[in-house]
Amino acid sequence: MENLDQITDQALAAVAAANDLKALDDVRVQYLGKKGEISLLLKGLGKLSAEERPKAGALINESRSKVQDAISTRQASLENAALEAQLAGERIDVTLPGNGEQPGALHPVTRTRRRIEDFFARLGYEVAEGPEVEDDFHNFEALNIPGHHPARAMHDTFYFGDGRLLRTHTSPVQVRVMEAGQPPFRIIAPGRVYRCDSDLTHTPMFHQVEGLLVDKGVTFADLRGTVAAFLQGFFEVEDLPVRFRPSYFPFTEPSAEVDIGCTHCGGEGCRVCGHTGWLEVMGCGMVHPRVLEFGGVDPQEYTGFAFGMGVERLAMLRYGVKDLRMFFENDVRFLEQFR
Amino acid sequence: MKLSESWLREWVNPDITRDQLVHQITMAGLEVDAVEAVAPAFTDVVVAEVIETAPHPDADKLTLCQVDAGDGVFPVVCGASNVRKGLRVPFARVGAVLPNDLKIKKAKLRGQPSEGMLCGASELGLEDQIDGLMELPADAPVGQNIRQYLQLDDHVIEVDLTPNRADCLSVRGIAREVGVLNQAPVTEPAMADVAVEHDQARAVRVEQPQACPRYLGRVISNVNVAAATPLWMVERLRRAGIGSIDPVVDVTNYVLLELGQPLHAFDNDRLAGDIIVRHATAGERLTLLDGQTLELDDDVLVIADDSGALAMAGVMGGESSAVSGQTKQIFLECAFFNPLAIAGKARRYGLHTDSSHRFERGVDPALQEKAIERATALIQSIAGGEAGPLVISEDAGSVPALAEIELRAERIERLLGMSLAAAEVEEHLARLGMEVTTREDGRAWTVVAPSWRFDMAREEDLIEELARIHGYDRLPSRLPVIQGNPQVPEDRLDARRISDLLLGLGYHEAITYTFVDPQTQAALEPSVTPLPLANPISADLSVMRTSLWAGLLSAARYNLNRQAERLRLFETGLRFRPDGDGLAQVPCVAGLVFGSAAPQGWQGKPQRVDFYHVKGDVEALLELGGHHQWRFEADSHEALHPGQCARILRDGKSVGWLGKIHPRVAKALDISAEIFLFEVEMSAIVQANVPKFADLSTQPKVRRDLAFVLDDTISAQQVIDAVRNGCDDLLTDVRIFDVYQGDSVGEGKRSLALGLTFQDRSRTLRDADVNTQVESVVSLLKQEFNAHLRD
Repeated sequence: MENLDQITDQALAAVAAANDLKALDDVRVQYLGKKGEISLLLKGLGKLSAEERPKAGALINESRSKVQDAISTRQASLENAALEAQLAGERIDVTLPGNGEQPGALHPVTRTRRRIEDFFARLGYEVAEGPEVEDDFHNFEALNIPGHHPARAMHDTFYFGDGRLLRTHTSPVQVRVMEAGQPPFRIIAPGRVYRCDSDLTHTPMFHQVEGLLVDKGVTFADLRGTVAAFLQGFFEVEDLPVRFRPSYFPFTEPSAEVDIGCTHCGGEGCRVCGHTGWLEVMGCGMVHPRVLEFGGVDPQEYTGFAFGMGVERLAMLRYGVKDLRMFFENDVRFLEQFR
Repeated sequence: MKLSESWLREWVNPDITRDQLVHQITMAGLEVDAVEAVAPAFTDVVVAEVIETAPHPDADKLTLCQVDAGDGVFPVVCGASNVRKGLRVPFARVGAVLPNDLKIKKAKLRGQPSEGMLCGASELGLEDQIDGLMELPADAPVGQNIRQYLQLDDHVIEVDLTPNRADCLSVRGIAREVGVLNQAPVTEPAMADVAVEHDQARAVRVEQPQACPRYLGRVISNVNVAAATPLWMVERLRRAGIGSIDPVVDVTNYVLLELGQPLHAFDNDRLAGDIIVRHATAGERLTLLDGQTLELDDDVLVIADDSGALAMAGVMGGESSAVSGQTKQIFLECAFFNPLAIAGKARRYGLHTDSSHRFERGVDPALQEKAIERATALIQSIAGGEAGPLVISEDAGSVPALAEIELRAERIERLLGMSLAAAEVEEHLARLGMEVTTREDGRAWTVVAPSWRFDMAREEDLIEELARIHGYDRLPSRLPVIQGNPQVPEDRLDARRISDLLLGLGYHEAITYTFVDPQTQAALEPSVTPLPLANPISADLSVMRTSLWAGLLSAARYNLNRQAERLRLFETGLRFRPDGDGLAQVPCVAGLVFGSAAPQGWQGKPQRVDFYHVKGDVEALLELGGHHQWRFEADSHEALHPGQCARILRDGKSVGWLGKIHPRVAKALDISAEIFLFEVEMSAIVQANVPKFADLSTQPKVRRDLAFVLDDTISAQQVIDAVRNGCDDLLTDVRIFDVYQGDSVGEGKRSLALGLTFQDRSRTLRDADVNTQVESVVSLLKQEFNAHLRD
């Protein structure tokens, strides 16, 4: 008992000197283990008188818990230091690039086509598709373009020499949809079309989106409103100027070409709009009664409108692509810009 | 069509600026493509006469001139070779500013004073007709400003006319339209019938009155074809894009532009007998004005005489009967041909003329007398000549009748979404030259269009005219609300999911031409005959692709030639394969992979892509619809490496291919052989399962790993199939986690390590349950493939 203070001081010094968990555990065993010095003092209490025992017991327990606390504190501190050391060793350069694939890019034509489809889908139109190798009937006859119609000269058609041809526009889908169903019709028909023409501003294949709404009471006013809402939505310009110019398509009447205020110069006149301030973006009109009849729809009961637009044209205006031909070169340096 | 603004304003001159005029007709459907000044700006250039010339004492190529400019005579040193005494030329006075900001000052040239400059056409910004000075006619008034004299303060307006507006293919037609739009009077130049001065005539026999309902002809004798066409006419023709030839041809062109009526002049002395309008006999030969000889089909209308075909009716005249320098008498033709008789004929022979352009779109059938009288008078005024009687062959029954069209107010409203006041309807139509009879208190009308508006055939045509004159931009506009009936079938995947997945896997979307190079096509699939185009744009884009690979490989080559080191491309679209008598146009998705399996990183060199990397992508694609009955079978495809080629099957049906390009094909296409390709029919992928929930098992899983040694000819798929057969539905998963080939398993053998996972829904599996399954697998594989467990 006389050396309790000394043992305690020694123990505390040993705890403080323990530099790792193993050393600390040795200290614990040496003082607080079954045969530890402080434990032995407790066991020696029996030799003391009943009067001395409580006081001595209290002193030893006090000393024991002092040492125990010191060990716990030291242990926590050593564990913490060990974790710190481990973490420091595990430090990496988080600015090194990650592994794995970069996402690919949707072709700008598809990207544009989706925006067009999405706009009309929200208005309640369904997407319809048709064959690209078409027959003369659906591409021309049923659209009120008979054999020697001068309008055929506007379509430089690819032929297969057996009556079949590559569709020159997406309008044949109108006819196919009408043939296959009953009005009302509300469709959007996107797809590839072909004209035998190739220069700076023409590629022999390009994309159109056709729209058709046939119902009771559809008027030119509905056409104007729909087309204007679309163009303003597409270019995300609320007050985008949209004008309708009378034009001619054999399959619509009245027919119109639609111009928008030049998105490049804001209508001031620039190279893009040929200094007119206007850009021609689509053709449209009220479905010609002959076309409705070809599609099996009674023109006295139903009216409808149709419109058609060039996807590349819209994509070029939207994204500032200057050369149409780049769309079909598939240069990955071009494609990845549309990620 | 190009026309001069000043010519148009001679016919109709509303008080609006050029810009307003151009905007107005564009918004009326006559789209103006271009407006160009006839000449650029310049000042102080007058008509002058060279009254004296002398050689320059110190320069061989210069001439000293005395130039009379009307208000004085000036010394000018001139370097042009065609300068001569008496010549009238444009003269830029001192102080003049020419195009390109060239200022004319007093100067001394090699010591001789020069006060002004004699000009060539190009110096005035005009097109040079000859080298040197611009030679003006001898009657050009000396001293007059050249801009006035040549009417250079004029613009050429180019109108892009739609095929229905053939009535506007003339100054008269556009003037009429401008008159309607501005409610302005349209004044024709004075035109009177000419006096008949002799009775020489040529009989006309029309054998095809349907095709040629009206044919007018007249002999004009003693014509001086050497006479010069007056400058004003040459200039108007030039501004419309037509060159001057001789006075007779110039007049026919002029009347074509002025009135819209094509005419043709024959050398009357080179005609034999009657004029016959008939169909060509099959193979009949005709040498045209442009020198080419055609063999005609028997549905081509010709103008003939007793000796044979003279001209392709409505398209082009023939060489043998053409007006030439020797011509003394002409036979002037002015006909109305039915558009259907002319349409397509010019194009069939690769021709397109001002005449065919008009006849196939339609010419005013009431115009011929006026036009031939106008042309006769103009020829006489330039080249003299005496007119013979007009010979008219007409089949009144074949002349297109003026359509009588019923128009209803209710229909106007139903199409335009607004009503037009009866007075407005009647006024618009009347201004367009229509005869309008009001019925039903102004709720309906009977309308007869004028002869030049042969495009008016039905009610909608009239409604379009009303909308046009009213102004499209003044019509109402509204966004209709659609009563939809949307269908969203869940067992059909949105095809966008396919593209989106591939984008996520690092593929860029390509869009390639659907017509491809036949050699590429043949290298890929020699046994399939692709559909050839009859009129391809070029030889290397002349057959329809039978798979999407031809285009993807071209795109790959394009990029590899531009230093691409890694490519992942996909495309969706139709392929075109002969299918019995027909053609199958099948939507497919295809991909091409080249280079490393992953982008280059810093953790070591990435692996080169192999079959299994690409197969992983394809499997991800196939699993999109939640359907699992897919199989890959070793098979052969002409384009693919025989040892690395799989046919893809869904429910036992072949729906695609995956593999490495065949090295022979790669060599033929001059492209890397390290390319992997796949193609799958879209319809197979988009057929999706609607998920059906199954309770989650709470029981523990048991996994057993087994390694079998078997012949390396036995496919993994065969082994997996056998394992599934050998177990009951306690087996929830089989996977291969190692494949080993080497000495320790023996030659021709390999070891497949399989992980089998067992689980029951309702109870915990005991070892004995699993052992039974495993034993069954071991004995089945032993029996089927002589496989044994690896030690």
